[in-house]
Amino acid sequence: MKNKVRQLRKEKGLTQEQLAEIIGVSRQTINAIEKEKFDPSLPTAFKMARIFGTPIESFFYYD
Amino acid sequence: MKAERKKRILQLALWTWTWVATLALATFGPIFLWKENKTLTITAIIVNLINGGLMVLANVKMFRQYDELEQKIHAEAMGLTLGATVVVGLTYSLLDQTNLIQSDAEISVLIFFVGITYLVTLLINRKKYL
Repeated sequence: MKNKVRQLRKEKGLTQEQLAEIIGVSRQTINAIEKEKFDPSLPTAFKMARIFGTPIESFFYYD
Repeated sequence: MKAERKKRILQLALWTWTWVATLALATFGPIFLWKENKTLTITAIIVNLINGGLMVLANVKMFRQYDELEQKIHAEAMGLTLGATVVVGLTYSLLDQTNLIQSDAEISVLIFFVGITYLVTLLINRKKYL
């Protein structure tokens, strides 16, 4: 899956560490998601959507 | 999250060290401490077994504390280790039964294999995902 997590995180002015802390995962997990090496679970994706204020399908998409 | 992880690591370390200590006591106690007193030997073995159970529980709690990617990395490493251990363990046993190896098959060899395989697969998975 492709995603725009890095772009949205930067737009919100958050570091990987800060986003990880809010969501409740490790910084390495955020990094792996941004590098598209790992697809997060639905609860994590929903938490991200809430933080970014945008629907999941706008930043996670199947290529 | 970090404080919780630190607590889990300390608990796991505690139960692991006491398990090693009680294993050593159950192994060497009958030789050096109580000269083949069966009651003491059985007690030491039961204490070691209970301690081992608590160590496993601490490990489970540690695993549940991991986030989803860490759980995936560890679960894949465990799956590979389990599969490899069954295959290699049975082959090793077969080599012993057919006398193709000089010495008897020892469980310690298999435990060593489990440890090394888990470590290697964990490192490969970390490289893959992180």
